Amino acid sequence: MAQTFAEKILAKKAGLDHTVPGQIVEITPDVALSHDNTAPIYGIFQRMGGERVYAPKMHAIFIDHAAPAPTTKHAENHRIIREIVADQGIEYFFDVGRGICHQVLVEEGLALPGEVVLGSDSHTPHAGVMGAFGAGIGRSEMASIWAVGSLWLRVPESMKITVNGEFHPGVTAKDLALKVIGDLGADGALYMSVEWHGEAIETLDLSQRATLPNMMAEMGAKNSYIPPDEKVIAFLDGRAKRTFEAVYPDPDANYDQSYSYDAGTIEPMIACPHTVDNVKPLSAVAGTNVDQAFLGTCTNGRLDDLAAAAEVLKGNKIATGTRMVVIPASSQVYLDALKAGHIETFLEAGAIIESPGCGPCMGNHMGVPAVGEVSISTANRNFRGRMGTKESDVYLASPAVVAASAVAGEIVHPKDL
Amino acid sequence: MSVIKGRVWKYGDNVNTDVIFPGKYTYTVSDPKEMPQYALEDLDPKFAKDMQPGDIIIGGTNWGCGSSREQAVVCLSEANLGAIIAKSFARIYYRNCLNNALPALTCPEAVDAIENGETIEVDLAAGEIRCAAGTFKFPPLPGAVMDIFAAGGLIDYTRQNLEKKKI
Repeated sequence: MAQTFAEKILAKKAGLDHTVPGQIVEITPDVALSHDNTAPIYGIFQRMGGERVYAPKMHAIFIDHAAPAPTTKHAENHRIIREIVADQGIEYFFDVGRGICHQVLVEEGLALPGEVVLGSDSHTPHAGVMGAFGAGIGRSEMASIWAVGSLWLRVPESMKITVNGEFHPGVTAKDLALKVIGDLGADGALYMSVEWHGEAIETLDLSQRATLPNMMAEMGAKNSYIPPDEKVIAFLDGRAKRTFEAVYPDPDANYDQSYSYDAGTIEPMIACPHTVDNVKPLSAVAGTNVDQAFLGTCTNGRLDDLAAAAEVLKGNKIATGTRMVVIPASSQVYLDALKAGHIETFLEAGAIIESPGCGPCMGNHMGVPAVGEVSISTANRNFRGRMGTKESDVYLASPAVVAASAVAGEIVHPKDL
Repeated sequence: MSVIKGRVWKYGDNVNTDVIFPGKYTYTVSDPKEMPQYALEDLDPKFAKDMQPGDIIIGGTNWGCGSSREQAVVCLSEANLGAIIAKSFARIYYRNCLNNALPALTCPEAVDAIENGETIEVDLAAGEIRCAAGTFKFPPLPGAVMDIFAAGGLIDYTRQNLEKKKI
């Protein structure tokens, strides 16, 4: 029986020959990802009667959402997490400064082909860049996994997005993701598994690819998958923490919905306030005043994102009256960007560099907007209030467009600088 | 809790977790009892002040999209909200509702028919919503999660499972 990726991997994990959409299976994940919410999860775990976690090696714990701590209350949360990690013997713990959970999980060789990552974070589908099944779950569900090691999952319907052709220079995976979300809507893939296929996806490097499954959370997807090719295998050589066996969908699998895109028709896109599916071509909003530009997040805070922005900023200055905040997604990205000279470029242009983590993405710290201000950001969400105050506008775009807009003080295409 | 009766608070499509429970509180408000005062803060400031136990939220499509934050459910379940009826739910939000024993019911026809502010009845056992415009049927909760619901939520369900394993 021909199966999609989701049907096949959930069958494998549940010890079944095959599964069908709608079926409920109970599975044990390979990775249980949690972050700053680890302390509240531990509280639920204790209310459940939990004492020792089911499998310490299953855990990957990160402090990234408000790191380093902006307030004493946050610092206390961090302290409690460190105590839990020590007490439970959690090996894969990544403290303040290491970076954003989804990026670091990949860098550390903990997101692996053919594995299941369940995370108490909505952008856990990110792990699909390595051919893993990544899905977000709630805190109580995570606590239950800590206690008993397993969780129920509904086998999702699958959507196949095929992208052929070639991207124009300056057009990125972010623009593709925004185009698709704009076309299909915020609930376009509700509860579904979104697979990315086609030559245009194959030609993207891993960093660019990662933006696609990361952003499928904004289309309601349960998980998103890119077939792991030789680029993935090469990346994992000497890095993978476990041996793995990739899972591929059958060529004649049954997809609930299929879409095709020609990469050559994609242009720079912008998600406008206040929903991610309110997508317009860049040209439609060019000229909009920008108070703050934010380059970073799990969506677009990797080395090639910083490189694209640095290329735009080289020899330019951030506009008077506009701020630019740069946050590398991880300490590794930071170091690589430093060695490549990008950090110097940012500082010379007048940008602010903050330490790796989520930063102002969900309004915690390191550059939240003032009332009435307009931000342009490389993040994945622009919901009202997302960055701290509901009285502000957030536009989402690719790194080069964000950097160019910082220089111009208004939304602009890099070629028009 | 078989029959729930309450006043309707009706909202639109794609109501996201950032307006249901703002992100800035996610690591500063950790006691569930403190969460209801922030419920729907950036959507409808009147809600937290005026809602009564048993009241019912009516949402459009994709209710609860965005962040996985469970507080966006707990701020409502702690306030003893009776149910949420929507045209469709975001996946994680839906799971969080069931895991917190907050009835999350999918019934597009009822959503269109029910008026903001009216008082309606939801009969979980009969699978019926009774409102001024008539009676609407909704599909029963998925069988595999009924056990969790019956236990009063995932916390109690897992506690019972752990106890069984320890014996």
